[in-house]
Amino acid sequence: MKNKLLLVFSFLFFTFCFIVLFKGLNNPNIYKPNLITNKTFEKFNSKELFSGIEISSEEIFIDSKFYILNIWASWCVPCRDEHKELMQLSKNLSVKMIGLNYKDNFNNAKKFIQEFGNPYSIIITDKNGFISIELGAYGVPETYIMNKDKIIVKKIIGPLNQKLLEEINLIIK
Amino acid sequence: MLASQIGYYALIFGLVSSVLILPLAIKNFNNNKILDNKIITASFLQFLFVIISFFGLVFSFINSDFSNETVFNNSHTTKPLFYKISGTWGNHEGSLLLWLLVLTFFIFLFLIKSTKEPKKYRILTLIFQQVIIIGFFLFLLKTSSPFNYLFPVPKEGMGLNPILQDPALAIHPPILYLGYVGCSIIFSSSLAAVTHNYISKKWAKHIKFWIIISWIFLTVGIMLGSIWAYYELGWGGFWFWDPVENVSLMPWLCLTALLHSILVLEKKLFLTSWIVILSIATFTLSMSGTFLVRSGILNSVHTFANDPERGVFILFFLFILIFISLVIFFTFHKINEKEIFKIHWISKETSILINNWFMMYFLSVILIGTLYPIFLEVLSNEKISVGPPFYHKLIIPFLIPFLIFMSIGPNLNWIKSKIEKINIQFIALFLMSFLISFLILKKFGSSNLIQTILFAGTFYLFFITIKDFFKKKPINYSQKISHFAFSLLILSILLNNLFSSEITTNIKVGERFQFKRGYILFESIKSIENKNYNSIIGHFRIEDNKKIIELKPELRIYNQPAIVTSEADIKTTLYEDKFLVMNLVKGNEYFNIRYQAKPFMIWIWISGLLLALGGIFSLFQRTYEK
Repeated sequence: MKNKLLLVFSFLFFTFCFIVLFKGLNNPNIYKPNLITNKTFEKFNSKELFSGIEISSEEIFIDSKFYILNIWASWCVPCRDEHKELMQLSKNLSVKMIGLNYKDNFNNAKKFIQEFGNPYSIIITDKNGFISIELGAYGVPETYIMNKDKIIVKKIIGPLNQKLLEEINLIIK
Repeated sequence: MLASQIGYYALIFGLVSSVLILPLAIKNFNNNKILDNKIITASFLQFLFVIISFFGLVFSFINSDFSNETVFNNSHTTKPLFYKISGTWGNHEGSLLLWLLVLTFFIFLFLIKSTKEPKKYRILTLIFQQVIIIGFFLFLLKTSSPFNYLFPVPKEGMGLNPILQDPALAIHPPILYLGYVGCSIIFSSSLAAVTHNYISKKWAKHIKFWIIISWIFLTVGIMLGSIWAYYELGWGGFWFWDPVENVSLMPWLCLTALLHSILVLEKKLFLTSWIVILSIATFTLSMSGTFLVRSGILNSVHTFANDPERGVFILFFLFILIFISLVIFFTFHKINEKEIFKIHWISKETSILINNWFMMYFLSVILIGTLYPIFLEVLSNEKISVGPPFYHKLIIPFLIPFLIFMSIGPNLNWIKSKIEKINIQFIALFLMSFLISFLILKKFGSSNLIQTILFAGTFYLFFITIKDFFKKKPINYSQKISHFAFSLLILSILLNNLFSSEITTNIKVGERFQFKRGYILFESIKSIENKNYNSIIGHFRIEDNKKIIELKPELRIYNQPAIVTSEADIKTTLYEDKFLVMNLVKGNEYFNIRYQAKPFMIWIWISGLLLALGGIFSLFQRTYEK
């Protein structure tokens, strides 16, 4: 009798632990910085990837209702996953897609674009990562959606997927 | 290419053979008198397939085969061969494959080593162990296959995190895993012994071997981890109460308790339920460690993978094992009538029980400190983090009685001791220890009462174990060495904490920084190109207490992945470690340097090794006392 009671009690206790840990898994304890939105960004200068011509942010962010800036690199595996979402986005003519090539090798980057297609209307390079730091990025890939006043309305950390794509489409509609 | 494909299929064959063992074992359970040789062959096959799979991965790493995703994520062509190989287990997938390798090796070893044990008990152990092995096979194949294929094949890999490129760390995981997996044998064997009603003195003698082996590997594994932290992380500490360190310490504490109570069971049928619970808890704690580390539920320096699917799998697996063991324990375990002994209050049994209470107390402190933040966040959405002060406040004061019991306990007799045994010598030694600690602390201007008593307790254990080495009676060397090593460990940690000094300053080339005991001179700087990193080496001349030393800390700029690490330069002597580390101050010609003098550092490692040596001794000594 005493044994049965103990068994039931331990079952209940461990079930409780299980439930708590299971729930804990759903909010993994990874530190995420507060996403800075509703802010604009500092001006910067960069080089166009293919031509190597110097270009400033003011020349890039011009004449569009929305801008999508995507930080990517040929060595980044999740970037391969999100590439088809980017290709879909690029069909929308009301946005200008800007690729920021992060700490990459020129040949690898070129090959990557040749293989998977080019969703961007312009690709700029960020060889030492300074532009990304200024933007407040903390990893690759990362995607920023900016409105015509160059204010960041949404920032996505990690690869895009269909669900995020729908969210973006709602914003840029 | 080929190597990873062979590896993948070997893994599947391995799973097939481990599933096949189950019907074989069940058939053999009631039929024959002896264990069917087919079972041993099958378990050898299972082991062989995992070896092939493991070497498939090793070869993919050596050949830098980047069509394999694990290799791509964790290696690079410019890496030295040694780290290409150690990269195999420096990542989630590879390290699980290593787990599996050790698991299958140990069950094979168990089968061929346990021929004197009853057949049914051996088969039951095998069945429980196969459940664990199959669980790990499925986990590996389903959520973390080391042989995922990448297409198009990348030209270059991502590189192994430079802080993992360290010799101590290259062997730390395999050694620790040997310890963890040894615990799984203890777990399966104790469940089998309960089911078969075989908990006996004979069983205790047989399982003691596995307990000691696991304990040795766990001890060395944990120590290597802290050596790595000391040399590589560059913070000058060796234990940070980081959740991942805690989860390796918890099974160790549990296993240490088990190691002591199995000594009682070896003598008489006593504490049986407790020993079974400890055996189950030790392995469950190792598994929870894997869960906490691998699921990303905790945030720590060891964060490897944050795949929730993996976490869910281990969590289910862990709790299935817990529930199975609960059911088995409560349905099969019978308390033997003969078991109800009266133990005398001054006896070795009592002192071993006291040891167990303390171990359980330390274990609960660490368990609560590690898990409470998770529970709190889930239940009330509040984020807290538990740091070293919590552990220090709750553990240090309790070390005092622990050390004193540890000194007296081993000198008591089994069954009953007379009070006269605790004679004047013991008291004289204690007074002497107290006096020494008082004088030492006084000299250095600290007069904290708790500190004094703690020192006294440590010295007491230190002296008593030394004295015991010179006894005329046969000596239990393994116990004496381990207890002596423990006193040495605590003593070196205490002295180290108390007398460490640190100087931090910003300095540029050619400058001289004056401090109380001497000066630091930044002589020059040199830049060297290496195969997979460039290094900037600073030359420093330091005068400390009229002794001049040269230290050359280094900054390494790795190319793949692009990470800057700082390598401390450490001059080790028996008396003291001098530790210098430098860091770049952004956009400035100044370097930030940290100079530390850390007394008795090397003794911490020496005593860790001695502790394990004590364990090794007990494998060889047969009988030492009545």
